[in-house]
Amino acid sequence: MPAKGWIEVNELFCKGCELCVSECPPKVLELDNEKLTSKGYHPAHIFKDGCTGCAICSLVCPDAAITVYREVTKASPSPVIGGH
Amino acid sequence: MGRELWKGNEAIAEAAVRAGLEAYFGYPITPQNEVLEYLSHRMPELGRAFVQAESEPAAINMVYGAACTGARVMTSSSSPGISLMQEGLSYIAGTEVPMVLVNVMRGGPGLGNIAPSQGDYNQICKGGGHGDYHPVVLAPASVQEAVDLMPVAFEIAHKYLNICTILIDGSIGQMMEPVLLPEMQPVVRKVYDWAVSGAKDRKRHVLSSIYLDVPTEEKVNLRILGRWRQAQENEIRFKEYFLEDAEYIVIGFGTAGRIALSAVRAARAKGIKVGLFRPISVNPFPYKQVEHICQRAKSLLVVEMNTGQMLKDVQASVKNRIPIRFYGRLGGVMPFPDEFVEEIQEMIHNPGKPEDDSADLWYLRMMAR
Amino acid sequence: MATPIVNIQNLVYSRPQGFTDTPTHYCPGCTHGTAHRLVAEVLEEMHVLDKTIGVAPVGCAVFAYNYIDVDFVEAAHGRAPAMATGIKRVLPDRVVFSYQGDGDLASIGMAETVHAAARGENITIIFINNAIYGMTGGQMAPTTLPGMKTTSSPNGRDVETQGYPVRMAEMLATLDGGGYIVRRSLHDPKNIRLAKKAIRTAFETQVHGLGFSMVELLSTCSTGWGVTPVQSLSWLEEHMIPAFPLGDYKITPSVAALKI
Repeated sequence: MPAKGWIEVNELFCKGCELCVSECPPKVLELDNEKLTSKGYHPAHIFKDGCTGCAICSLVCPDAAITVYREVTKASPSPVIGGH
Repeated sequence: MGRELWKGNEAIAEAAVRAGLEAYFGYPITPQNEVLEYLSHRMPELGRAFVQAESEPAAINMVYGAACTGARVMTSSSSPGISLMQEGLSYIAGTEVPMVLVNVMRGGPGLGNIAPSQGDYNQICKGGGHGDYHPVVLAPASVQEAVDLMPVAFEIAHKYLNICTILIDGSIGQMMEPVLLPEMQPVVRKVYDWAVSGAKDRKRHVLSSIYLDVPTEEKVNLRILGRWRQAQENEIRFKEYFLEDAEYIVIGFGTAGRIALSAVRAARAKGIKVGLFRPISVNPFPYKQVEHICQRAKSLLVVEMNTGQMLKDVQASVKNRIPIRFYGRLGGVMPFPDEFVEEIQEMIHNPGKPEDDSADLWYLRMMAR
Repeated sequence: MATPIVNIQNLVYSRPQGFTDTPTHYCPGCTHGTAHRLVAEVLEEMHVLDKTIGVAPVGCAVFAYNYIDVDFVEAAHGRAPAMATGIKRVLPDRVVFSYQGDGDLASIGMAETVHAAARGENITIIFINNAIYGMTGGQMAPTTLPGMKTTSSPNGRDVETQGYPVRMAEMLATLDGGGYIVRRSLHDPKNIRLAKKAIRTAFETQVHGLGFSMVELLSTCSTGWGVTPVQSLSWLEEHMIPAFPLGDYKITPSVAALKI
């Protein structure tokens, strides 16, 4: 069973560059065309199930806009906090 | 050929090409990048030399090399880059070879910003490098004027074996104006009796600024000074507006002079008898002309985008005969015409005394804002 | 779906402490941001944020001091290694690094770069190589590839008149003062991880007094190259890696022996 994850994108920093969208392995990210950040970008967001909390999005994000969570389970007991 | 809309930096570059520019060596620095970028395709197109050097010191030394062959050579830069070029400028002056420099001033000191300023007047008029030499410095106030001065700059440089600088700021470099460009002049490689080119069928030429024999160095300095004195006689340029019946005169160069013209027109519309004297050659400075126009005026207003650099040259002409009021904006701030109109009105209501320290009073007014 | 997962026990990654709260001015997708983030993460993990002094360049990263939360000084174009030397010589126990682009480091600053390495100056240089001048509008850089169009090589870099690109990591590695000189890339997750390890090793080289360290990071410039951010990643892989091979160019035995 793959881990369950979730991300939050801080709209203060996201510039809609789509690097996370492109690199996300389960392809659960896209730009939210219904939303505009204060700088006029469409921020990234999860649009379907399947996030595993792999943190590759936050690894490629040039603006450190993404916070990543992964559900702690018996199979994957502790996430890595802070670094990759 | 009709008038065309050209960006200042690009118009200056094309005007240089049409004046027979043979070689350009430069380095990117805002706000004059377009000079380099334009010439990066225009010069190779015409089979002429272009190099984007690794730095400003490298660029000015490339200019120095080309200048030693007698070629028409130019570089352009902006404030911090000009500082870097100063050693090279001194070498070029000390070796007595010709070059044209385009100096697009920006906010400073230090890295500053990329906004227009006139803060480098002293740097470039009082030499621009170490030693006793004086580059001719021309300060146009519009893109057309800059274009018209380009062939003049090359003529001056080659006539006096000196540096001729076109002094503008970021606003003239960046703005687009309708311009009539001159006809293309052919490249004419003049054969100078001092230039290096390979000593075929002649005694060899050695070009250097080294003169270890001290009395000889003194003679060289006097020779350089002699040609500068000729330039002082022959190369004074200025423009006068509404001076015939003027009781008050505004003095400003370059962009400040141009903004002052709008202010003078506005003040005239209010019935104020004010005129404008705009130096175009800031080195040699039109001391005699400023002294002359003082005789008719009640007071002067000097406007600059610096803390009062040309002011000192005006004061040297006026010699405390009449009051001088000073108004400056700094750091890249561009003044508006109505600021100058207010200053004209203040000058009339509070005339001040001839012995007033103009810059000091201005500073106190600035701090009180 | 989300709420039960979003809690502190499940936190995998969050914005590093070493980053300020200021949104960067870099173009969307610019890997300057990635490089800054890696430096901030490494300094935080080494617990040296409060004894670090950064030297900012002239180039797109001129405002690096607004983003990485350490003491900073602003150098003149190309002079960062000299400024860093000045700081390190009077404060040898601090961590001193410069962060420079290809114009700053390899063009006007070539002499300062070479001599800092030759002296074995105990500083760390983070070198962002994106083969172009970003801040001034996209002119040719010393690392611009042959045939590459820039605003000062509008018909493509002509090696006959405009020369060849320089490979800084290889050149500096010939100097005896270098302790750790490597080239990495920021174009995909695997390489970003390797880049972070290299940045860590470089700073450890400094902290252990083992000589000059530099990490050359192949980076993107989607604006200058005229491609989208996502396209710029593959542009880098396709064009820059063959010209600037990734690898370790100088690792002294004592650096290799470090346990990090």
